[in-house]
Amino acid sequence: MPTTETPDSAFVTRRRWRRRLGAIAGFVVTVFLTFLGLLAITFFIGRVIPIDPVLAVVGDRASNEVYAAARTAMGLDQPLVVQFFHYVVNVFSGDLGQSVSTGRSVVEDLSRFFPATLEMATIGILIGVLLGVPLGVIAASRQGSLIDQIIRVVGLLGYSMPAFWLGLVGLALFYAKLRWVGGPGRLDIFYDGLVAPATGLLLVDSLLAGEIDIFWNAITHLVLPASVLGFFSLAYIARMTRSFMLDQLSQEFVTTARVKGVPERVVIWRHAFNPIRVPLITVIGLSYAGLLEGSVMIETVFSWPGIGNYLTTALLNADMNAVLGSTLVIGAVFIFINKISDVLYRVLDPRAR
Amino acid sequence: MSTRDWLLEDSPHSRWQANVGRAYRVFTALLRNPLSVLGGIIILALVLTAIFAPWLAPYSAIGQDLANRLAPPSSTHLMGTDELGRDIFSRVIWGSQITLTIVGLVALISAPLGLLVGAVAGYFGGWTDRLLMGFTDIFLSMPKLILALAFVAALGPGINNAIIAIAITSWPAYARIARAETLTIRNSEFIAAVQLQGASPLRVIVGHVLPLCTSSMIIRVTLDMAGVILTAAGLGFLGLGAQPPLPEWGAMISRGRTFILDQWWVATMPGFAIIIVSLGFCFLGDGLRDVLDPKNEGK
Repeated sequence: MPTTETPDSAFVTRRRWRRRLGAIAGFVVTVFLTFLGLLAITFFIGRVIPIDPVLAVVGDRASNEVYAAARTAMGLDQPLVVQFFHYVVNVFSGDLGQSVSTGRSVVEDLSRFFPATLEMATIGILIGVLLGVPLGVIAASRQGSLIDQIIRVVGLLGYSMPAFWLGLVGLALFYAKLRWVGGPGRLDIFYDGLVAPATGLLLVDSLLAGEIDIFWNAITHLVLPASVLGFFSLAYIARMTRSFMLDQLSQEFVTTARVKGVPERVVIWRHAFNPIRVPLITVIGLSYAGLLEGSVMIETVFSWPGIGNYLTTALLNADMNAVLGSTLVIGAVFIFINKISDVLYRVLDPRAR
Repeated sequence: MSTRDWLLEDSPHSRWQANVGRAYRVFTALLRNPLSVLGGIIILALVLTAIFAPWLAPYSAIGQDLANRLAPPSSTHLMGTDELGRDIFSRVIWGSQITLTIVGLVALISAPLGLLVGAVAGYFGGWTDRLLMGFTDIFLSMPKLILALAFVAALGPGINNAIIAIAITSWPAYARIARAETLTIRNSEFIAAVQLQGASPLRVIVGHVLPLCTSSMIIRVTLDMAGVILTAAGLGFLGLGAQPPLPEWGAMISRGRTFILDQWWVATMPGFAIIIVSLGFCFLGDGLRDVLDPKNEGK
């Protein structure tokens, strides 16, 4: 009877929409608060702890008048809350200050270095997902077999091996000894600067320019650092996939499917794998965010001109604006990916709705 | 009555007997798992190496022998020598002291801090909880390594500041655990009984809530130690942790970077030490989790 159903379903739809809107509002608020927290931390590090920022500008032999004038000009005589407010306004209007070591604005530097990191981390996560998920599924479906043992060892090594060390060993073996891959940097020196940066992603730019040689050269340079990063995400993704799959395979509906005579391949890839796709998205998101962080070490090892290398160079030069700027950008991307995968989980999993 | 019977007695006569008995049960359960035994042996070896480094190391950690620069591994120099002719094997042995100090201090600073924040938030609930946990969540959702890097940049390079930076970034996870545990025991009858006897919140938290959080805390801290070692080594590698000539493993790898193409042993050898010790903590942590927290078995 339509008369009794219509108000009911309208009510349900409205309630569902309200709940969805509430979830979105909650998401926006938590992301905003977390960003604010990140800003508070970088502000705190930059203004409160280190050596007097005024002395850093005027030098320690400046007279008291010069010192006081600089202090007022920098706004440091105002209450901390006001200073923090100015800082937040500056950051949101895209002003992260000047880098002392490069002489450019930090924002300009970061937008120049970020694509290299993005390219490496993306290839890394592709390696991690394309190998890690199937390996985890196989390990779970043959629990206790040799391949399961190998994957467990790989998973443990992913937790206990320093990324920079693996990168160095890789360089010594595959570059110096076997000559299979290109060395540090994104390209061989004689290819450098031949392709005009359009996206900043060398693989894309070289293809757009039709330079196949440069494309291949970029790949030989990218493959080792991306594989090292990929190894760590593979270890994590395979471990999580295995444990999710083991959970599913012990469920009764799997037993029922087996009893009905469903082929094992279908049981594993449809019955057991389908429900774990949603939690896997969260794992992959976390792993991708982790790779952005891991690239700091890897870029130092491979002299990769990305944001991590920029950060470590700035650290050694005590270039605080650059340090805080890159911390802020990496932190913001990290938080954003984290929260997005959290929301995706809630949107895609019918039980969490 | 044998010692074993006394330890396993069902109705212990004193608190001391109950505690020792429980420790004994955990210990025997750990012995049944080969990997956790291996982990325990590795950690024990690390501690012994650190204590007896002066007698175990064949050479000094900082004594230079420029005639013997960059010598490959041999019977006189088991892991070869570095660019100043220092014996890498001896430096790895001395380095165990630094690693143990870092791990120990980080655990001593961050675990109690996290415990306290989590227990207070869980016990009082309401706005205290929301405030403290909001703060914790903000810290939790930030990249740990980057945050530690920024803190070290501000505090200045050095091993003490590295320890502080790592501790600052690792307490939030412990606060989450302590809060979850506190929430499950807050409404138990024994807590109500203590409260009715007029115990102050401080007394309830310290005397009755925190002791029940310790086992999940020990598991988590042990498992986290591998990560702490890696972060500390990473800071050392970037030149922000232990400063030369200290034989810190990460800093040693960093020195060997220049020679990686020809004298591979300078950079690789300390890496094996890092891997073995981190694996030891992973094995022991996994074993402890299986024994103390059977819910998660097999994961």
